[in-house]
Order: sequence, then C-alpha cells, then structure tokens
Amino acid sequence: MIIKVENLTKRFDSITAVDDISFEVEEGTIFGFLGPNGAGKTTTINILCTLLSPTSGRAFVAGHDCMKEPADVRKAIGIVFQDTTLDKDLTAYENLVFHTYLYNVPKDEMRGRVYDALRFVDLYERKDDLVKKFSGGMKRRLEVARGLIHRPRVLFLDEPTLGLDPQSRANLWEFITKLPEKHYVTVFMTTHYMEEAEVCDKIAIIDRGKIIAMGTPDELKRTVGGDVVYIKTTDNVNTKEEIERLLGLAVSEKEDELYLTCNMGDTCIPEMMRTIGEKVLSVRLQRPTLNDVFLKLTGKAIREEEAPPEKGIKEYVRAYRRRKEK
Amino acid sequence: MVNNQSPNLVEFNAVYVIVAREFKKFIRERSRLFSTIARPLLWLFIVGAGISRLVSPDVGVPYIQFIFPGILGMTILFSSMFSSISIIWDKEFGFMKEILVAPVSRFSIVIGKALSGTVVSTIQAVIILALFPFLGFKLGLFQIIGVILICASISFSISAFGIVLATFYESYESFSVIMNFIIMPMFFLSGAMYPVKLLPEILKVASKINPLTYGVDAMKHILFPFEKGKMSPDFPFIIDISVIIITSIIFVLIAGKAFERKG
Ligand SMILES: Nc1ncnc2c1ncn2[C@@H]1O[C@H](COP(=O)(O)OP(=O)(O)OP(=O)(O)O)[C@@H](O)[C@H]1O
Ligand SMILES: [Mg+2]
Repeated sequence: MIIKVENLTKRFDSITAVDDISFEVEEGTIFGFLGPNGAGKTTTINILCTLLSPTSGRAFVAGHDCMKEPADVRKAIGIVFQDTTLDKDLTAYENLVFHTYLYNVPKDEMRGRVYDALRFVDLYERKDDLVKKFSGGMKRRLEVARGLIHRPRVLFLDEPTLGLDPQSRANLWEFITKLPEKHYVTVFMTTHYMEEAEVCDKIAIIDRGKIIAMGTPDELKRTVGGDVVYIKTTDNVNTKEEIERLLGLAVSEKEDELYLTCNMGDTCIPEMMRTIGEKVLSVRLQRPTLNDVFLKLTGKAIREEEAPPEKGIKEYVRAYRRRKEK
Repeated sequence: MVNNQSPNLVEFNAVYVIVAREFKKFIRERSRLFSTIARPLLWLFIVGAGISRLVSPDVGVPYIQFIFPGILGMTILFSSMFSSISIIWDKEFGFMKEILVAPVSRFSIVIGKALSGTVVSTIQAVIILALFPFLGFKLGLFQIIGVILICASISFSISAFGIVLATFYESYESFSVIMNFIIMPMFFLSGAMYPVKLLPEILKVASKINPLTYGVDAMKHILFPFEKGKMSPDFPFIIDISVIIITSIIFVLIAGKAFERKG
C-alpha cells in the first residue's frame, strides 16, 4: 500500500475538517476523493503532503510517516494544488527548472527532463513565454508536468480540472489516466465532478469530513440497485407478460414505456432482444451514477446545481472504461 | 527517483535556485530597479541639498556627505524589505507552497530568501555608491571594498528581519502597515539624516534598538574616518559590526523557526 491513512482527524477551532478517516491506496492505481465543497478533501491532501499536521491519527506515504519523516515523504510525492502555484513572472521553462533544483534532479538530465515534460503537455512551443500569458488550461497542464518532473511515486491532484472548459478537461483526463502506466506513478485525486471520478480504480466518497462509502465505481453504483432498461414496444401488454414469463424479471409500465431493473443491463438487453425482438421500437439503458450513490447516502445531490453532463467527458470516460475492461 | 547525492549539495541547490529566481525577476522588473534607485537619488539631491543650506559648513563633513551612508542604508532597507516581503506575495499567489512541499530544509529556504535580498540590495547599493566622486569623496580601494562588505552584511540582516515580518503577515494589505510603521521609522531613526547623539533621549533609545543604525554607523566609520565632531559616528566600529552579525543570526533563526511551524 503506497498510501495508508489511519483514523486521521483534523480540527480547525470549531470545525472538524477531517473526521476519523481511514483508507489505503494500492500502488499504480488511480484513487479518487469525491465530495462536495468543504468536505475535507484539500485538508486531507495537505496532511498527506506534509503541509499540515493532523489533530490525531496517522498517515503514511510511500512507507514514510507524514509527521515524523516529512523529508522522505516530500521526496516521494508530486502535487498539483487546487490553486495555481506557478510563478507567473517566470517563463514555463524557468518554472520547471526551478523545480528540478529543489528536487535535486541530476544536472546532466535536467534540460532533457524539462523539455520532455513540456512536450508531454504540449507546451514546448510556449516554453519561453511568461506564465502570466498562459490560459487556465495551459497553467494546469504545466503544473501537472512540473509535478512529474522529479519522478514521484505518488502524484496528488487537487481538483485538477477546476475551471477548465469541457474540451480541456477531457484532454487532461486522457492524460491523467495514462499516468500510472507511462510514469509508474500512483495518482491520488480529488474532484466534485461525478463523471471524472468514474476513471478512478477506487473512490472514497467524503462528506463533512467523513468517508461515507468506498469502492470501485461499479461497486458503489451497485449499492443503489441495478441498471434500468426502458423499452418501447408495439404491444406493451404482451411484451410485459412475455418478459416476465421467459426471463423471470419484474416489468413495470410508465407513460407508454416498459421498464425493468437488472444487474447487468448490457447483457440483459441482448437476451431480451432474442425473445421479444420483433416487437421492440426502442431501448434505452440507464445506469446508476455516482450522484445516485451520493444522493442515497446523504439525501442531497453532490452539488446543488449539478452541471449538465458534458458530452465530451462522458464519451471519453466510456471509451476509457471499455479499454480497461479488455 | 531518489538521488544519492550529498545532502549538503541538495540544500545548496535549493539556496542557489531561490536566489537565482529573485535575481532573474529583479533584472526583468525595470520599474522596481528604477524606483529603488530613484528614491535615494531624490533624498540625496533634493532633501539632502535643501537641508545642507541649514547646516553650517563648519560643523564637520559637508551635510551631503554626512547623509551618504544613510542614503546607502535607505537603498538597502527598502530593497531588502521589498525582497523579503515578497514572501507575502508568494504566499498569496501560492508559489510558497511549491517551495514548502519540496524536500529541502526550511532553514535553506530562509537562507535562500535572505541571500536573495542581499544580492539585489547590494547591487543597488553599489550603484548608489558609485556616485561618491560627485559628492566630493575621495575614497581608496579598501574603503570602497569595506563599504560594499558592510552593505552586504546589512542587506542580509535587514532581509532576514523582513522574512520574520513576512512570516507573521498573511496578506499584502499588511504591506502598507509595514511600510509606514516599520520601514519609515527605521529609516528616520537610523542616524541617516541626523546624528543619533543629537536626538532627544527617547528617540535615542529607539535608534539604539534599530539594527539599521549600526549599519549606517559602520559606514560612517569608513567613509569619514577623520571626523571627530558632531557628525562623527555614534558607536565604536566593533560594536557596529558585532550588532550586525548577531542580529543577522538571531533573525535567521527566528525566521527558520517560524517557517517550521505548521497548523
Ligand atoms: N486553515 C483553515 N482554518 C480553518 N478552517 C479551515 C482551514 N482550512 C480548511 N478549513 C475548513 O475545513 C473544511 C474542509 O475544507 P477543505 O478545504 O478541506 O474542503 P474541500 O473538500 O477541499 O472543499 P473544496 O471542494 O471547496 O475545495 C471547510 O469547512 C473549511 O472551511
Ligand atoms: Mg479543496
């Protein structure tokens, strides 16, 4: 386990920002902290990266105690903070070189690594521009590149896509999901975008300082019940009866549409088509979202004004999951 | 990837790069250089020239020469403070976090910052010092080197003091507080414009706890060594040097401790 957290608590005066949380992160995976504003995500990251001491509890990163061996922890981690931490009056190149000195990258590798990192995030052409001339997305990418330049074992990303447009978000995600393979790095990220959390191998849902659920995205979604399949047919009455008889599934009807719940919608549909295929006009599959999970656990949506799901990301996430399942 | 280089080299690299960053930004920001050079020139040739009409020429060194060490001190005071106070900016704009999560000792960060202020202040002081022939000074090489060395030590001490201040202030609104209630009084009570020995008792005490006073005094020793009257230095040279060294050490230690502290 590359990260190990035991009964971690952090109090600020009257607020308990992090309330007795425990979790572990396996090396080479993407671990996501999903939670609304003020849930305690950043506070947890600040403790793990040694900027803050906890009120009680213990935390280990890469085998080192975050409180007792901060120097060893710092060597093992890279971090992209929620707010930009670039020097806007230096160029992209200078920001990265500054970093290589702080992390003691060998002199003969320095230039090569900086150039590689800049190419990796598509900023090589802009390397001599002052960072204040960069767009939000470019700054974010530059920070990710910087976080990787000293080859950390764990990369912390605190809301990496904050303030980015859907296009840049999708690009950044594509990039982040490649990290474990390409850079042998474990990713610990926070977000309050549901769709983004889908790419994680494991998610912890955090609310008001407490972890209220943990597991793979699929495990979490299964806790709120199965997939729902909606069918429009030429003959609802007979179809309903046939499905119930042949497949043994309970079917209900609502506004001209039949719907049924099953564990695995994607295998259930073909099966159904084989039996009642000729009567079907349309089929749609609705899977539970992480928002449903959050809703069920807390009785509120993760963000009051949940942004409409952006097509780009959704599609990207789907493609990514398909790739991964193979 | 962990490099097995000596820990000292790691710390040296950190100090070096913190200074290099400050230097680069200093070179780039023409306006900052301009204002830190313009301010002492205004005081020297406008305030200084005006007041010198009030001072009778037979008290000792000409007034414009008398204030020259103080003007060098002012150059250093403003530029060292500005450099260190930029830590508040770094905190506000987040860059400080990039430094704080790095695997370098907090002490190196403080030394790096203090040396940053030292480098840029000394450069500016040397530019002002180059005016000496126009003020009627005839200085030997050793005097020039001596003044530069003292300038560098005061710069270090004031920069370290600035870091201590910066660790206690969180936002840049506090900058004007520091400017009006710390920097300006430090300048006026440093013996820059008038000898400390002529001040009323209470201001004399204030001057004596002002570290800049001893820096200005040390320069007076070197710039007009034969002055014996009212305009002469106020403290023995050895005291001046000791105070500069001791305050530097104390400020660096306090700043290091302050950086160590976590919420
Ligand atoms: N330095 C601090 N002093 C006092 N309270 C704090 C401090 N830092 C955080 N908090 C409080 O702790 C709680 C958790 O904050 P935290 O920044 O960890 O939330 P978060 O999950 O990162 O939220 P967001 O999604 O908005 O970034 C909040 O109620 C916040 O007000
Ligand atoms: Mg946060």
